[in-house]
Amino acid sequence: MSTLSLTGVSRWYGNVVAVNDISMALGPGVTGLLGPNGAGKTTLLHMMAGFLSPSRGTVTLDDEPTWRNPDVYRRLGLVSEREAVQGFLTAYEFVLASAKLHRLADPAAAARRAIDLVELESAQDRRIGTYSKGMRQRARVAAALVHDPQVLLLDEPFNGMDPRQRLHMMQLLHSLGDAGRTILFSSHILEEVEQVSGTVQVMVAGRLAASGDFRTIRRLMTNRPHVFAVRSTDDRALAVALIAEPSVSGVELDRTGLTVRAGDYGAFTRALPRIALNRGIRVRQLVPSDESLESVFSYLVEA
Amino acid sequence: MSTITWITARGLFGRRRFLLLLPLPLVLLGLAVLCRSLGVDPGQWGPPVLVGLGLAVVLPVVALIIGTGVLGAEIDDGTVVHILTKPLPRWQIVLPKLAVAAGVTAVTVAVPLYVAGVLADSVRLGLALAAAAALGALAYSALFLALSLVTRRPVLLGLVYVLIWEGLLGNFVSGTKVLSIQQYVIALADRLAPTGLLETSVSVPVASVMTALVSIGFTVLAIDRLRSFSVAGETS
Repeated sequence: MSTLSLTGVSRWYGNVVAVNDISMALGPGVTGLLGPNGAGKTTLLHMMAGFLSPSRGTVTLDDEPTWRNPDVYRRLGLVSEREAVQGFLTAYEFVLASAKLHRLADPAAAARRAIDLVELESAQDRRIGTYSKGMRQRARVAAALVHDPQVLLLDEPFNGMDPRQRLHMMQLLHSLGDAGRTILFSSHILEEVEQVSGTVQVMVAGRLAASGDFRTIRRLMTNRPHVFAVRSTDDRALAVALIAEPSVSGVELDRTGLTVRAGDYGAFTRALPRIALNRGIRVRQLVPSDESLESVFSYLVEA
Repeated sequence: MSTITWITARGLFGRRRFLLLLPLPLVLLGLAVLCRSLGVDPGQWGPPVLVGLGLAVVLPVVALIIGTGVLGAEIDDGTVVHILTKPLPRWQIVLPKLAVAAGVTAVTVAVPLYVAGVLADSVRLGLALAAAAALGALAYSALFLALSLVTRRPVLLGLVYVLIWEGLLGNFVSGTKVLSIQQYVIALADRLAPTGLLETSVSVPVASVMTALVSIGFTVLAIDRLRSFSVAGETS
């Protein structure tokens, strides 16, 4: 059992702050690191993996710093986002080289076990250069798993995978987590995180915006105020009727139509047709605005 | 053979860039054979071919291509991460790579230099040139390997050193010769086989000490820089 701890970690490049004062402790199980692109997930992962020194704060694996300390790689595996592999090697050679560099007692057996784990046996003797993106990713995961690390960090592991490969990778991460490994993977896609991990760390603009149980955070995300643009045959009458609805928290009227703020997505979308029908108003347009992941995340920061 | 050596060698010979190494030694060899067969006086063609081409161009350029390739190419394409995420002391990564770079450079350059030296004067000169070139290969490789960790443009910086510092300034400002690997190689070769063909103002003790200093110093620098190797976050 290994614990990866971050204490007040910040990282800046010149006057750009990429990671801002993040503290967390990762224990056994699968944790998702969720955030929009450019939130600083990769920078944070690189600091965890000892490939970047924190400008401030400390990153430790079982109380040992990860920076300038190659010994941590006995217990830590990294699958970076950049899909770089020596294309001139076959997957077996590639994983075997990893096993040998780890000085494992039986590198050939370890390599076969790791390849088996990612289901790549049938292609293991082909050059990696001939692989699809998803297969290359699996070869890299096999190489990172060859020494059976306690901690595995994966940067956007589902990128470029087809649904079947994705499902398989999710199962693999699950089983590793259940076996007591500490698994952290980053993603900018909510659904991916939802399917794999119970615990999430949400990063927005370099800060840790939320952390904890996924369902709680998901509820926070669905219960945030939603904004809709509505146009109808009689905007003013509709506004009057809408403001009486408990699910509506605000209505704004201007020349282009109505801007409605609703506290409850489901209740509002059910109420609107009923109100319009009762008043004889025809709704011409209903557009949920500001539904991007970015705005969901930034809501979490404010919450 | 260590795994690092194996991967480095496969990476080196597997890239097309390796083919760039072939023409230069062949030109050196061809010119020497041509001059000899036409009966030109070795005093006439020896210095320009052996020093002007062999030691001043072929040796440093071959060392530059290989030295910046053994680690620099892996840094460029990101595969270096696979080697760095292993519990290896960083000297165990740098030394095998340096050995491959220096070894391949030495073989590529020493063979044609040996032949050219034999054709110009004697077997002794051939052996002296080959031995001095091998030492030079080590010093150049250490320098270029370290450059690939210090800067993102190691080839450019290496070319500036070889062409501007050693090639141009060496002719006008004699003091720069003390910091020129090319001059050490000439001094060492001349010491091993004294002929009238090789000339330098750098003394043999200075050349020996400086060759050792450059080789060791830049290797230590490379090991230290690899220890603090940072991966820049990619913005996507």
